Amino acid sequence: MCLGIPMKVIKIDGDEGLVESGGLKRKANFSLMKDLKIGDYILMHAGFAIEKIKEREAKATLEALKGIAG
Amino acid sequence: MKYVDEFRDKELINKVARQIRESVRDDRIYNIMEVCGTHTMNIFRFGLRDILPKNINLISGPGCPVCVTPTDFIDKAIEISNLKRVVIATFGDMLKVPGSHSSLEKEKGRGNSIRIVYSSIDALDIARKNPGREVVFLGIGFETTVPTVAISILAAAKEKIKNYSVLCGHKTMPEVLKALVKDGDINVDGFLLPGHVSTIIGARPYQFLSKTYKKRCVITGFEPLDILQGILMLVRQKTPMVEVQYTRIMSTNGNPVARSAMRNVFEKVQSTWRGIGVVKDSGLKIRNRYSDLDAERRFGVKVKRSKDRGGCICGSVLKGLSTPLDCKLFGKACTPVNPIGACMVSGEGTCAAYYKYKR
Repeated sequence: MCLGIPMKVIKIDGDEGLVESGGLKRKANFSLMKDLKIGDYILMHAGFAIEKIKEREAKATLEALKGIAG
Repeated sequence: MKYVDEFRDKELINKVARQIRESVRDDRIYNIMEVCGTHTMNIFRFGLRDILPKNINLISGPGCPVCVTPTDFIDKAIEISNLKRVVIATFGDMLKVPGSHSSLEKEKGRGNSIRIVYSSIDALDIARKNPGREVVFLGIGFETTVPTVAISILAAAKEKIKNYSVLCGHKTMPEVLKALVKDGDINVDGFLLPGHVSTIIGARPYQFLSKTYKKRCVITGFEPLDILQGILMLVRQKTPMVEVQYTRIMSTNGNPVARSAMRNVFEKVQSTWRGIGVVKDSGLKIRNRYSDLDAERRFGVKVKRSKDRGGCICGSVLKGLSTPLDCKLFGKACTPVNPIGACMVSGEGTCAAYYKYKR
């Protein structure tokens, strides 16, 4: 149930739109999001985008992990 | 896949696991509980126990909302499904959960209208397209799912859709964590907290775990590198605190829009968790202003007090006191094809995970 999947926003039409990942497109509800743009990556859960993925933080996490690993 | 593959890098996984082995003290055991079905599954799926030091004990807690749904919720859903014109719309993993005498899957086989949906919005759509039917959505899930169901209720109210309602079985996490740490039986040093629930509620609701109960906590994502980094952060904490590993998705303040939708539609009530019992303020009820959309009130079903099947130790498993391997029924009378307890039914239940990966 925690199965949230990162997907890219490709269409916004009011509170709804389309997201895509690996060629798979699906409908998405954006009622829980603020300031969404085409090209943003979001986490999908039960048909809804529930949060944006922060690219800078993703990079920082990976850098930290590489640093830890030495 | 972007934001997935990088967090499954094998070389990095092995390096971080080595770092964990070098960070732990040899003279103690680290009892770490995770409370999310996806953590349970992914720890198995990526073989993480095999690369962690033996004195890190990963315990599965009550993190699967399907698993903790009490029998009488299923009995009520079945009763409602027997009514004329009703269509039950539900997440797929609810179908096989055993009720007192039957399951939704069995009732579907007998001809009751029961449909699997991916989203509450799909259920609302069924209601829009079938004005002659009564659509009842089974509201199961923690705070990640609750706002999505709230939106469907708000949309139905706004559009004056008269044939949609929700049977609310939603539960919330912080209160059950409090019940767990107060339970004298449980021996847990720290928690890997659920990353996606936390995108909604933020970090603040968990502070009591470290401040009052001195538990080390890290809010963790779900890819293998997330879980390993979460464990590394946990074992390195000098004083108990709540840290965030899952920074690429979670804000410490959570999602205020989602919380506002939740508060608008639902209020806290006490709730029964299968295997754990009654936990104060850990459940949600649809507020009076939306009572028309509350299936409980709309259909007024009463069910007899239900009994869980003898021999099933799901309760003990959910509290992390036993593993499925301790259960007499596991792998014999109780299998994914013929589940007796909810922990075996749900794709993310502890018993289902053990059955798939560790028999």
